[in-house]
Amino acid sequence: MPAAEDDLKTKEIVTGEGLVPFGSCPLPFFDHKQIVLGHGSGGKLTSELIDKIFLPAFRNPTLEKLDDQAVLTIAGARLAFTTDSFVVTPIFFPGGDIGRLAIHGTVNDLAMSGARPLYLSAAFILEEGLAVDDLRRVVASMRAAAVEADIQLVTGDTKVVNRGKGDQIFITTTGIGLIESGISISADRARPGDKVILSGYIGDHGMTIMSQREGLEFESAIESDCAPLHGLVAAMLAIASPHVSKATNDFIHTLRDPTRGGVATTLNEIAKHANVGMVLDERTIPVRESVKGACEVLGLDPLYVANEGKLLALVVPEMADAVLKEMRQHPLGQDAAIIGEVVETHPGMVLMKTEIGGMRVLDVMFGEQLPRIC
Amino acid sequence: MCLAIPGKVVDTYDQRGLRMAKVQFGGVVREACLEYVPETQIGEYVLVHVGFAISRVDEAEAERTYQALKDLDQLTELESPVVEELAETDEPTYSAWMKPGGLRQ
Amino acid sequence: MKYLDEYRDGEIAARIVAEMRRVQTRPWVLMEVCGGQTHSIVKNGLDRLLPEGIELVHGPGCPVCVTPLEMIDKAHAIARLPNVIFCSFGDMLRVPGSDGDLFLIKSLGGDVRIVYSPLDCLKIARANPEKQVVFFAIGFETTAPANAMLAWRAREEQVNNVSLLVSHVLVPPALEVILSASGNRVQGFLGPGHVCAVMGYSEYDPISARHHVPIVITGFEPLDILEGTLMAIKQLEEGRATVENQYSRILNRQGNLPAQQLISKVFEAGDRKWRGIGTIPMSGYHLRDEFFQHDAEKLFDVAEIATLEPQICISGEILRGIRKPHDCPAFGTLCTPQHPLGATMVSAEGACAAYYAYGRHLNPQGADKLHQIVPELTPQDVTTLPIQERVHSHASR
Repeated sequence: MPAAEDDLKTKEIVTGEGLVPFGSCPLPFFDHKQIVLGHGSGGKLTSELIDKIFLPAFRNPTLEKLDDQAVLTIAGARLAFTTDSFVVTPIFFPGGDIGRLAIHGTVNDLAMSGARPLYLSAAFILEEGLAVDDLRRVVASMRAAAVEADIQLVTGDTKVVNRGKGDQIFITTTGIGLIESGISISADRARPGDKVILSGYIGDHGMTIMSQREGLEFESAIESDCAPLHGLVAAMLAIASPHVSKATNDFIHTLRDPTRGGVATTLNEIAKHANVGMVLDERTIPVRESVKGACEVLGLDPLYVANEGKLLALVVPEMADAVLKEMRQHPLGQDAAIIGEVVETHPGMVLMKTEIGGMRVLDVMFGEQLPRIC
Repeated sequence: MCLAIPGKVVDTYDQRGLRMAKVQFGGVVREACLEYVPETQIGEYVLVHVGFAISRVDEAEAERTYQALKDLDQLTELESPVVEELAETDEPTYSAWMKPGGLRQ
Repeated sequence: MKYLDEYRDGEIAARIVAEMRRVQTRPWVLMEVCGGQTHSIVKNGLDRLLPEGIELVHGPGCPVCVTPLEMIDKAHAIARLPNVIFCSFGDMLRVPGSDGDLFLIKSLGGDVRIVYSPLDCLKIARANPEKQVVFFAIGFETTAPANAMLAWRAREEQVNNVSLLVSHVLVPPALEVILSASGNRVQGFLGPGHVCAVMGYSEYDPISARHHVPIVITGFEPLDILEGTLMAIKQLEEGRATVENQYSRILNRQGNLPAQQLISKVFEAGDRKWRGIGTIPMSGYHLRDEFFQHDAEKLFDVAEIATLEPQICISGEILRGIRKPHDCPAFGTLCTPQHPLGATMVSAEGACAAYYAYGRHLNPQGADKLHQIVPELTPQDVTTLPIQERVHSHASR
């Protein structure tokens, strides 16, 4: 996670006028007195909140890794453990609903550590006045999603809050998965030379939600890509090849699903975590025409838009083609592409060669991605 | 300055006395007000800014000017006269007014 | 997307740059006026594609950046009122006033809404007859037709609970200020394409003639900006100084007459204060008297809050093209989009914000080759004293 301290570190700036370098920084590190919407967007404000409020309170080695899931060793078994809350609005949208999102979101967090998702819990906060039929619909969707993801919902909780105190329905799911021995996948394993593989079209989920809110119509329907990725991950890990020893599946270093903050934010997190650089090629990144159009109209950048059924994989170069081939044979990886590579230079920074031939730095998203109008 | 993008008019209608249109951008369709380009027909392209079409795209002119760009030859660097000049001299390439002190020197 | 994608062609871009090399014999400094053009340049790395010696400096064409702090504070005061629905374009939500931004006001319970079109305010007003709907009408001439329509329809349809807080600014007076400053290095302009789609470009002839500078009205896509730059370079090399139109597929000399007509029925030109620059005469639009019922400045009596600009901020000079974001010691350190200290960082289209968003503060390839340290300024160069104090002050905030 990028440390917010870096922004405010004392630096000596050399200028023609010889202005005094500021030794004592008068600005407090975290001066927000109220939580703002941007704190939940998955960008810089979110990581500031984590760094300044949560980490100092709960500090321990597992938490500090700040992966999307915690990998715990209990009685000799390696378990992946994760939790996520879902507050999306509207609760029903093309391609899914809050229930489906709640199941697959947590399943995917587990899958990104190479774990086989096993059990989920679900806690519901319902707003007084929510139509029971809506709840039924959400629950039915969760049941279908659980089957799709090969998991069992084994425990849960329900609370009701007063009208106006909760936006229809909030769901928190927590999940446990089992990591086979020989699998070691995490952000800090990224290495220079690794190829960056993206499993398909970006921006579908975020733009579906945005367009529902903004009242955009689409020629060809755009829908959320919400899907469980454990099957795709299993297929990738099971590749047999002369390069791979039977004992370890060591050719996939990192897996991440680019949810809030999009591909750009996710790759930045990995780059900073592993202290490596990355270079992408804009022309290789798959974006649907409808998503491109919606982004143009709203002034958004697809690289920062949330995805719910995609993954990024950092793979050793000699295995990249084999992994790509395997992914393309899976329904959720048909449009997979190699979009860049990990490099030694400019550690912590992600660059992108633009369509026009220039070079652009992709920084982490900060705050809420506001539609740029003017 | 402002985010304005070109789109194709796919439908026109009146709303509360205002001329409106459905405009298509890539695969997205959005509403825009046509009051400032009232003669626009379905199938034509307009430039839309904050929900208003502020100009029509002159397709013939677009074609002509784009072709002119494509017709630019791509010479190699070595043929460029600027490079030849630079090679002949050790002098710094920036003229006086670029130095500190600028135009007042 | 038609009329967009083809203007991002890398091969044609290379040809235009090759043509630049062919005609260029000496260095030139050009200013692109619009924030959208700045954004496009930085996002696509266009300035790094240009031949050695061609420098692009960034102009004041970001209406969010130049909205005075007093106006922002007024907007915030209105937004805090309990019976007000405050509507705005997305860009203004993150702009901090003296005490917080619209996002914060929203989190504290204010009814703040992002609108796509000013006409949305009419719908909101009709749906909420007991509330006062106030629209933050900022922008250059490009947005004036849309804002004018809101005021016009509000009066025509007698939607009496909607009003506009107007902070419109005009481009030509700002160019005059830039060209008249004695530290000015700008030798040619990439003119504002979308502003001219509305207003035409006849206003720029006298500026071009008086100061002997080429003004090429330019679009926003990479090929537009490169072609506009090429046309400006050609004029400079040939010693010409006229107004040319690169963006001819979108606009012609007279602009959009119906739009100009409604603008003149609703607005009149007047003096306006520009953040970071000061008051420029006849540089803004105000609602005409007959629209007083829809003029939020007249309807809402909000007390003047003492505004305080950070001393270290050099956005005034950045807006006038005299300095670049790199020249500011606070850039990327004390001053970031999360903690903006001044005008050019607050808006996504300000030069500092654009540079930051595209990573220029991280500077992976060492010093920007086109980055120049500018000549020292004399007291006569600045239009308002506070800016000079900020430049030479060693005190931290």
